[in-house]
Amino acid sequence: MKIVVCIKQVPDTKGGVQFNPDGTLNRAAMLTIMNPDDKAGLEAALRLKDQYGAEVTVLTMGLPKADEVLREAMAMGADKGVLVTDRVLGGADTWATSTTIAGALRNIDYDLVITGRQAIDGDTAQVGPQIAEHLGLPVISYAEEIKIDGDSVIVKRQYEDRYHELKAKMPCLITALAELNEPRYMTPGGIFDAYEKEVTVWGRKDLKDVDDANLGLAGSPTKIAKASDKVRKGAGEKVALDPTESVAYIMSKLTEKHVI
Amino acid sequence: MDFSLDKKHEMARSLFKEFAENEVKPFAQETDETEHFPEAIVEKMEKLGFMGIPIEKQYGGQGCDILTYIMAVEEMAKVCGTTSVVISAHTSLCADPIQTYGTEEQKQKFLIPLAKGELLGAFGLTEPGAGTDAQGVQTRAVQDEATGEWILNGSKCFITNGKYADVYIIIAITDIVEDKRGRKQKKFSAFIVEKGTPGFSFGTKEKKMGIRGSATYELIFQDCRIPADSMLGQRGKGFPIAMHTLDGGRIGIAAQALGLAEGALERTIAYTKERKQFGRSIAQQQNTQFQLADMATKVEAAQMMVYRAAMKKQQFMADHKTSYSVEAAMAKLYAAEVAMEVTTKAVQLHGGYGYIREYDVERMMRDAKITEIYEGTSEVQRMVIFGSLLK
Repeated sequence: MKIVVCIKQVPDTKGGVQFNPDGTLNRAAMLTIMNPDDKAGLEAALRLKDQYGAEVTVLTMGLPKADEVLREAMAMGADKGVLVTDRVLGGADTWATSTTIAGALRNIDYDLVITGRQAIDGDTAQVGPQIAEHLGLPVISYAEEIKIDGDSVIVKRQYEDRYHELKAKMPCLITALAELNEPRYMTPGGIFDAYEKEVTVWGRKDLKDVDDANLGLAGSPTKIAKASDKVRKGAGEKVALDPTESVAYIMSKLTEKHVI
Repeated sequence: MDFSLDKKHEMARSLFKEFAENEVKPFAQETDETEHFPEAIVEKMEKLGFMGIPIEKQYGGQGCDILTYIMAVEEMAKVCGTTSVVISAHTSLCADPIQTYGTEEQKQKFLIPLAKGELLGAFGLTEPGAGTDAQGVQTRAVQDEATGEWILNGSKCFITNGKYADVYIIIAITDIVEDKRGRKQKKFSAFIVEKGTPGFSFGTKEKKMGIRGSATYELIFQDCRIPADSMLGQRGKGFPIAMHTLDGGRIGIAAQALGLAEGALERTIAYTKERKQFGRSIAQQQNTQFQLADMATKVEAAQMMVYRAAMKKQQFMADHKTSYSVEAAMAKLYAAEVAMEVTTKAVQLHGGYGYIREYDVERMMRDAKITEIYEGTSEVQRMVIFGSLLK
């Protein structure tokens, strides 16, 4: 079985967020981590590898620095890494990103593609299903359990109050939730091995069957009107009243602000 | 000269840091309080290969370098002194001498499971009457002429990982020879002894000031018969093997000391920013600022010395003619004294809270003291360093 896991290097939300003048994230200036949902997707692939035997390829699109996240995935146990990087691909929204990744996937032989549900930077949850659409693959999103049954996958799809068990014939695409599992740690030897391996680097010219009009910032229908870091709220209002008066005061404020 | 770490070392550090924060730190206080050996943590470290970081892959290890191993000890020590010494004693004092001096059979039998973490290792040189003066060792090994077996008699004390370890490197007298002037001289040899061997038992568990979760036991040998092929290295070479093993161990302890100092400094920076006196944080008082600046400078210097000693040992791995004993002694001497100074100042800057067990710096100060004592006291390090100056 051949599995491709799409992963993304995202800003570590514990660190600060910085923006470019055009409103896109200044990724080069921020501390980064592997997107948590993607990491769960990778762990799911590695467990399938442990259980059934599989070749796991990790694929990412990003700055040359995104090489790190591929090495991290390989240090966890992925077999191969592919980095799609090119200046013309920069500033991509979900449409341009999924077009790019689908263009890369057309060069790779796979039975299963796993992506994270969504990235903690954009939170769109669009890229995974869009890739499936570009490639004409069945998609099962929000997976909380994945099993292999012959040439099919059986996936528990999470809902708020229940789950659906869905079966799809491979090749197909699954989007994974961080709750799917607890990703394994890297191993020290795995890290050393990961830096011995070659990462395949592809640019625009290596993407198959894609139109330039659908790539990069220019090919992105999404236009960012404004972006900002979290705005700090001012200090609250302090009042010193007895409990009964306090309740009355709070109620009047809530009414005034049309909360109740 | 490049002082920056390359990417794989940066990534290894982030792994150790993440593991330490998630898996070790939450239990550090409990480990100290209950004085229980942290078996669950050690089991997790075994699964991730942390017990064989610098051991060659062909012998079940991770195939990384000494620096990577040292960073693992450092990162664990930042959160838990006990956990860091479990790795250090196992790796430096047991797996390393078997990798360096063991026969192929010994490596197959012991090094592979040690490196994989299936077995835990320890080392026994110290005896009630033989500490800094290691020549005072009394434990004897006599060979049974008929079977070739060795019969051990004697005892070892203050043995780290005692009782929990499966494999012990034991130094014992095998011969008494006369030197040119007719004086009697003990000749030592090193042996690999397995737990469970009849005649090998454990005495008291020591109650310690710090690293309280670390198991420190007395080992007792009473007519303990071990196989003829248990000797590690050549007969009569036990003393140089022990000294060389301790040279390596010192880098591990230096890393532990460094980690303790770094951990205490981190916590103190955070605390002084929060603690308010006279209407502002104590980090805004010049006394605090100057103290923290001095602490940080010493920690930085200690880190350079510890990493340099690790790199020198790496050179030794490639070329056994290289000596790293002076670098190791200097690194341990300095890092241990920095650990003691920084943790003591950390407690002072925490004020009354620093004396309360709920605050990590209280434990770190107690843990730091041992780094000036074990695997050669600071005085022994000075002897080693001065010895090299006379050459």
